[in-house]
Amino acid sequence: MKTKLSPLSKLYIVLIMFFLYAPILVMILFSFNASVSTSVFQGFSSRWYVSLIHDEGTIRSVTNTLILAVCSSLIATVMGTAAAVGINAMRNKFIKKTTMNVTNIPMMNPEIVTGISMMLLFVFVGSLVGKEDVLGFTTMLIAHITFNLPYVILSVLPKLRQMDPNLPEAAMDLGCTPLQAFFKVTLPSISTGITTGLMMSFTLSLDDFVISYFTQGPSFETLPIRIFSMTKKRVTPDMYALSTIIFFAILFLLILLNVSQVRGEKRLRNKLNRGGAA
Amino acid sequence: MMKKLLFTLVTLSLLFACCFAASAYENEAWYGEQNAGKVINVFNWGEYISDTYEDGMLDVNKEFEKLTGIHVNYVTFESNEDMYAKIKNGGASYDIIIPSDYMIERMAKEGLLQQFDPNELPNYHYIDRKYLNMYYDPDNSYSVPYNVGMVGLIYNTKMVDETPTSWKIMWDEKYAGKILMIDNPRDAFAIPQKILGYSFNSTDEKELADVAQMLIDQKPLLQSYVMDEVFNKMESGEAAMVPYYVGDYMIMHDVNPDLAFVYPEEGVNIFVDAMCIPKSAKNIDAAKMYINFLLDPEIALTNAWYIGYASPNTSVLESEDYEEMAQNQFLYPDEEHMPNVEYFHNLPQETLTRFSQLWNEIKLAGGTNVRVYVGFGVTAFVIVAYLSYTAVQKRRREKWYDFRSSK
Amino acid sequence: MKNSLTKKIVAAPYLLWAAIFIIVPLIFVVYYSLVDANGSFSLDSIRSIGKYSDIMLNSIWLGFVATIISLLIAYPLAYIMARTTKNMQRTMMMLVMLPMWMNLLIRTYSLMILLQDTGIINSLLGAIHLPGANHLQFHMINTRGAVILGMVYNYIPYMILPLYSIMAKIDYGLIEAAQDLGASKLQVLRKIILPLSLPGIASGFTMVFVPSVSTFYISKKLGGSTFSLIGDIIEMQFKSANNYNLGAALSLILMVLILICMAIMNRFTGDDDDGGVLI
Repeated sequence: MKTKLSPLSKLYIVLIMFFLYAPILVMILFSFNASVSTSVFQGFSSRWYVSLIHDEGTIRSVTNTLILAVCSSLIATVMGTAAAVGINAMRNKFIKKTTMNVTNIPMMNPEIVTGISMMLLFVFVGSLVGKEDVLGFTTMLIAHITFNLPYVILSVLPKLRQMDPNLPEAAMDLGCTPLQAFFKVTLPSISTGITTGLMMSFTLSLDDFVISYFTQGPSFETLPIRIFSMTKKRVTPDMYALSTIIFFAILFLLILLNVSQVRGEKRLRNKLNRGGAA
Repeated sequence: MMKKLLFTLVTLSLLFACCFAASAYENEAWYGEQNAGKVINVFNWGEYISDTYEDGMLDVNKEFEKLTGIHVNYVTFESNEDMYAKIKNGGASYDIIIPSDYMIERMAKEGLLQQFDPNELPNYHYIDRKYLNMYYDPDNSYSVPYNVGMVGLIYNTKMVDETPTSWKIMWDEKYAGKILMIDNPRDAFAIPQKILGYSFNSTDEKELADVAQMLIDQKPLLQSYVMDEVFNKMESGEAAMVPYYVGDYMIMHDVNPDLAFVYPEEGVNIFVDAMCIPKSAKNIDAAKMYINFLLDPEIALTNAWYIGYASPNTSVLESEDYEEMAQNQFLYPDEEHMPNVEYFHNLPQETLTRFSQLWNEIKLAGGTNVRVYVGFGVTAFVIVAYLSYTAVQKRRREKWYDFRSSK
Repeated sequence: MKNSLTKKIVAAPYLLWAAIFIIVPLIFVVYYSLVDANGSFSLDSIRSIGKYSDIMLNSIWLGFVATIISLLIAYPLAYIMARTTKNMQRTMMMLVMLPMWMNLLIRTYSLMILLQDTGIINSLLGAIHLPGANHLQFHMINTRGAVILGMVYNYIPYMILPLYSIMAKIDYGLIEAAQDLGASKLQVLRKIILPLSLPGIASGFTMVFVPSVSTFYISKKLGGSTFSLIGDIIEMQFKSANNYNLGAALSLILMVLILICMAIMNRFTGDDDDGGVLI
């Protein structure tokens, strides 16, 4: 069933990977450029990595981005999981369908419309309560939670549906409170969905530019916003240096994750084999 | 080379300063400690402040933080109009903005600016008198000049054979695909306005229409409309010419010596960018300190070097380190080299609306593409064909079921 | 049943959140598109939209072409991925996802540097001295092709991932059974793989089409600003042109058009009551 790749398939994969990675290779190459140019290579140097360390603004924007991504994805995951449980329990077809349609809006809507619509709301509320500098961390957090929520809900919901609804009831019959039943029975069986949702919202929030662009204020600058204002001028290779560091950090994490998964599977298989032998 | 020279000079002067343990800035005591820990939001043009310690320059914001303990949130805008929209529509408050002349006139008129007395600032006396009491701020109650500049034509000598003297070269088909145009209505309109002999501040409906038509005619020859992207495109030789600000030419020339500059004979725009405090500012005292700090001889000098625009600060022109720049005929032209100049003035609301309508139309021009319509037609046809095909199939299947069940 | 009531209550915070931060902002967009700058009712913004129909069509068309190209490239790849060993699958997943973590702006910017007339591809081409042609150069930047390429490049992972996850679920036994019954390769594709992968196509389509149509960064960097997409025009209204009403009206129309496109799409894939399928 799982066959070896034919040479043609291999070639195809290589071509697509080349397409996906060519610009990233360019980026890595130019992060070592000796001159300020991002189009003419003039010898190797690590000066941009050094200047990056001294660039407080960029480092602050990286921390800001991480803070925002962690907060928004955690809040969205908790709220979204609860929402999925609630939606799954809805009996009224119409209410359920309406809720799902509303949930889909931030996914279907162009980001620019989502960003603009939220900015209009924030500015209006800001002028209502007389707070002129309403745009900032809070508004960005709200916006990020909002566009993360549907991704969490839509990855948890299928897992809930796959789960045997009798399981939590059985647990309760055996004396669990509903809360205990949720934490002991439901939660473990939907945990993969929750993890997927968390990962997705973290990723989306980390890389979001359009929605942040419209809901940000001067007091809280994230990395994509900073890069945007830079790409208008001249992107100096230190941004490439930063991206290169991020690239290798993620690569390292992903490899680590992969290896641990492979190990886990092996251990499981060994255990099963031993169980079979006994 | 100029920068290296500056480096040695500044290092020497720093050493000198260290030996005598004199304070680096004037009136340091004036700043005091009372605002330490506060935050100000500064909204400025991109690449419009020195932000590096390389080559003997100073990171101005960092120096300000060191001196006063006030934290600076520094953000940039691309055009006067962008900045105006941000201030006008609220949502964010800024303590310092640096608009150009005509925008100051407009914002003051609309009550968006804070009035203050610049004579309170100890370094205010450095401002050249010829930039005071200007038409946009006759009583000097809203603004303190920061930079002066003019718009000229930057061109790449390797790509342009002749020595241009007229804006008309931007309509020369020889350079099709190599011409960049400035991406903001006022500055873009200014060029045809001068070619046609109109004023920048014309409100005449027909004149505006002529100008817009010229820009539409020019569009097929353009590589693109740019603002700050101009640095990358000109430095790398991707484009041959662009109308842009003189200070930015000085920076580009450092990177690509093939670039040259000219003030076309028809006339050019001269502008003053000045520091203002918006009405929505939260920290007016700290903002005033910031303005005063930018007027400090040491800071003004480093900025003049870094930004490359003409400085309205007399101390800069008197500085020995600046001698070479002070003689630059593009920055500080003498009588003989002075081009025809005109300032932008604020325009009445109807003209502004007309400007933005025409600008939209220019942007939309040439958007029609027959292929797109054909593509849509074909797609729609395929969709309809597929839907009817599936419908027919479905009916056929149903018929077959009917046929079987009737048997 | 008491249990199900508590369960419903846990959704309450979300419902409240959705009402305030999803529904109300959209009402604001509608409101802004129906008033003029002074806040009094006016249909001027809506009426002036006719002028932008070309740009609107243009954007939808470019987005559509980019989506179809992504689909054509991603479909075989997803199929190949789903058929390899578990280890290989994981590695490939990782390789596809990794670029998604890099900043879109930086990736687009490096793409621009690749494509420029003085860029890397052309420099490399120029270095190869072919007899006859003394200066080999491809003009790529500032064309429609470059914009489409940028869209495909940036959004193709969003096509590959849902396709892969749905294809990995297809029971290979079905394919074998069909082959045993004498179906040709093409028939297997048309009658089995394609229908079973439709939900994946639908969600991939949405995830590539929507951001492509509304993009304003890619078109600026790769298309030059001589031809604008609808995203550029909307952004301009909210930034430099300072015409929120026109911007809101254009956003509204863009939203409606995209919903219509999605509805047409759903006709093909059959309505799923959850909307899109995710990874």
